[in-house]
Amino acid sequence: MSSGVQTAQAPRNERLTMLRRIAIVPAFNEAGSIKRVVDEIRAFDPAFEVVVVDDGSRDETSAVAADCGAHVVRLPFNLGIGGAVQTGFRYAWEHGFDLAVRVDGDGQHDPAELGALVEPLLADEADIVVGSRFVERGDGYRSSVSRRVGIAVLARAVSLLVRQRVTDPTSGFQALNRHAIRLFAADYPHDYPEVEATVMLFKHRLRLLEVPVAMRRRESGRSSIGTVAAVYYMVKVLLAIFVALFRKNVVPLEER
Amino acid sequence: MTPIGVSIAAAIASVVLLAVVFELIRSRRLREQYALLWLLTGLVLLALSLWRTGPNTVARWFGVHSSPSALFLGAVSLFVILLLLHYSTVISRLADQNSILAQRLALLEADREESR
Repeated sequence: MSSGVQTAQAPRNERLTMLRRIAIVPAFNEAGSIKRVVDEIRAFDPAFEVVVVDDGSRDETSAVAADCGAHVVRLPFNLGIGGAVQTGFRYAWEHGFDLAVRVDGDGQHDPAELGALVEPLLADEADIVVGSRFVERGDGYRSSVSRRVGIAVLARAVSLLVRQRVTDPTSGFQALNRHAIRLFAADYPHDYPEVEATVMLFKHRLRLLEVPVAMRRRESGRSSIGTVAAVYYMVKVLLAIFVALFRKNVVPLEER
Repeated sequence: MTPIGVSIAAAIASVVLLAVVFELIRSRRLREQYALLWLLTGLVLLALSLWRTGPNTVARWFGVHSSPSALFLGAVSLFVILLLLHYSTVISRLADQNSILAQRLALLEADREESR
């Protein structure tokens, strides 16, 4: 398997132009914000192809996305964020993209920040780059106390397991090279997938890097989690990441 | 007071149940939402077998006084537990297959739309 990320010696922006790149946008009932998200990705880099994964929306999400010129993959019913995102990774893998970014359809990820995510991949410093709300500058992002505590507990647990400091293990604002796309196309967890996915990366010896990003408040749609649910998910995810350590690898380790 | 032999046997059975549940999660045959329930069940059974005055105390709460009744109740619930565990794995597998089918269908449809 060849990885375009590592091939060239050309300057970075030239290398970027050679890569086939795609933005994966999972969306569930986001007709109100999807156009702006797609437009902003194009504004960042017009050469990005955009695939919107419509996770069984009951509104016009698919139609609006198609009108914006995005590829649309429409799931027949709601699979939840993990299933939707994995669909996007499968699309990227099967269509031979070298680089994928994930930008959520609710508008909380600002495509203007994509440069910071993509740069370390081009320099081959990581296989996956995750935008963290908590590295150094945490400006602009507010969430409920229970949610912040939950994320802090998960961050501590994940950091211990993967022997690397991870500050925002639930962040879905990510950029991936071909190695990481391949892994997540083959296997991806269900709800709050990013935490368990971090352990999968570690087990497959892929390199994770966190960079600071600012995130916005949701533009439309509903938040995916309440306070009681936060506790339930935290316990469930803690179990999931513990078990993930004992699971067999789905993709063979690669020589580097 | 539970006889020491029964207590040991029950404790071993509980540990085996916990081990089976763990293996099922590890091999992805059991989804986490069922797994939590099963781990909890195993832990309660383990606690009841180690806490030797416990079953009598609990039996008295429910007004059961004869030990054969308690034994019968225990055996039936163990069977039901195993059956339910089996169903949990079946549902987990179906849910996974369902999700893979949905993804495949959606990807194929997207490709078909674009090749028009």
